[in-house]
Amino acid sequence: MSMARPKFYHFLGCIIPHRYPSIEKATRLVFEDLGVELLDMVGATCCPAPGVFGSFDRITWASIAARNLTIAEEGGHPITTGCNGCFASLWDANHELKEDEELRARVNENLAEIDREFKGTIEVTHYVDALIQTVGLEKIRERVTRPLTGVRMALHPGCHWMRPRALKQKDDSERPHIFRELCETTGAEYVHYKDELMCCGAGGAVRTADLKVSLDFTKQKFESILAAGGADVIVTPCPFCELQLDLGQVEIQKHFDVKYEFDVLHVMEFLALAFGYEPDEFGLKTHLQYMQRKSEPHWERLGLKA
Amino acid sequence: METRPPIIIDEPDDSFVEMIKKTGGPNIQNCYQCGTCSGSCPAGARTNYLVRGIIRKALLGLKEQVISAPELWYCTTCYTCQDRCPQDVRPTDVIKAIRNIAVAEGYMLDNHRKTAAKVVEAGHAVPLDKDMWRKLRESVGLEPVPPNASGNPWAIEEIRKITKKSGFDTLIGYEELRKAAEEKAKKKKE
Repeated sequence: MSMARPKFYHFLGCIIPHRYPSIEKATRLVFEDLGVELLDMVGATCCPAPGVFGSFDRITWASIAARNLTIAEEGGHPITTGCNGCFASLWDANHELKEDEELRARVNENLAEIDREFKGTIEVTHYVDALIQTVGLEKIRERVTRPLTGVRMALHPGCHWMRPRALKQKDDSERPHIFRELCETTGAEYVHYKDELMCCGAGGAVRTADLKVSLDFTKQKFESILAAGGADVIVTPCPFCELQLDLGQVEIQKHFDVKYEFDVLHVMEFLALAFGYEPDEFGLKTHLQYMQRKSEPHWERLGLKA
Repeated sequence: METRPPIIIDEPDDSFVEMIKKTGGPNIQNCYQCGTCSGSCPAGARTNYLVRGIIRKALLGLKEQVISAPELWYCTTCYTCQDRCPQDVRPTDVIKAIRNIAVAEGYMLDNHRKTAAKVVEAGHAVPLDKDMWRKLRESVGLEPVPPNASGNPWAIEEIRKITKKSGFDTLIGYEELRKAAEEKAKKKKE
């Protein structure tokens, strides 16, 4: 008897498919290898960004998020997404709409315009949760064919994956361990740094409002990693954080005249490497930092080639 | 001797607190001003953004001062204050509610207006708006257009219907922005 493969609606969002497609490709490889099926969400839009649209107009934010949720409700499978922002919007909206009848009524009034209705029948997960809950750390570890032994990894878990803690009830946001455990399946060595749990600086519409202020957060994180003895790679579960930490280095150089050279990988890209895929099989070189600087990843730091 | 009140407040707006509570910050009145929020705040560490001060001002009814302050937009919504607040004020939610009120009263940055307009126009805040992005996708072995709204105009139509119904398009001045962009494109052609 064969077990049915777990299935998730795959919510891509904006940044993964439109700016960091290497994450999308790596995700498809990793999920396929672990026997988890990803279903396309045809016609899904922006989540929409929680700190941006949630700050402008809560009802419109919840309505657009609810429209995305109805696409998955039609097929009856949970959603998974690889972006902390998308996760926050879809998870929070799903939760708030299930709890708050007044909000739900107002949102469904908007959705009636397009013949849709939020019913509250599905759950929303992040890739990290989807893989840990359906596959488990042990099976993921077994799939690792190229252990990243000796690679010193600094982690950036980001905010909306685990906060607000009282609402998400997932991990201890002061001492989180879930994301770290997934990253450690690769065999890489965890490097603690003081500002690990600090925000990358991009969220809440700050990157759009004042780029230099948002980069100042990022710069503090880099300094904190260096103060901890440096790292070979920074791993994050969020493409917006990845953009801020990756492309942000080019922008910091311009705005602050300081040069950092960190390779920044989404956890799906990091797992793809540990699963034995070559960087070219998912396009690691297309990170915007490398494209703009006309540089390449530090292969030797990642333990790949000299 | 002339006596002065302990705090001088011009034009307090008694309805402001109720507005915040209704808009998404129901626990604002739990605040006892301990300052844990600002002590935990990475935005406050580098800008004049002060969560505690904003909440205090809001409780005093200083609506105009609060909603017009540019620093209101320095919160990255990291929720560290929310996780640490001993009074369950949910400061991040309070700030987001105050931002909603600010936007409704016309305080919105041009860059934010433009980002909002992108979702109405393309279905995505970060759209697939250049050939180079499609080529980037192809170079990693993906189809040039993903299955989201980028290749499905009907999905964008649905977003427009929602934002028209909710009044969001008027709120951000979508038509004006669209016309201005058209004019700019026309001039560039000439």
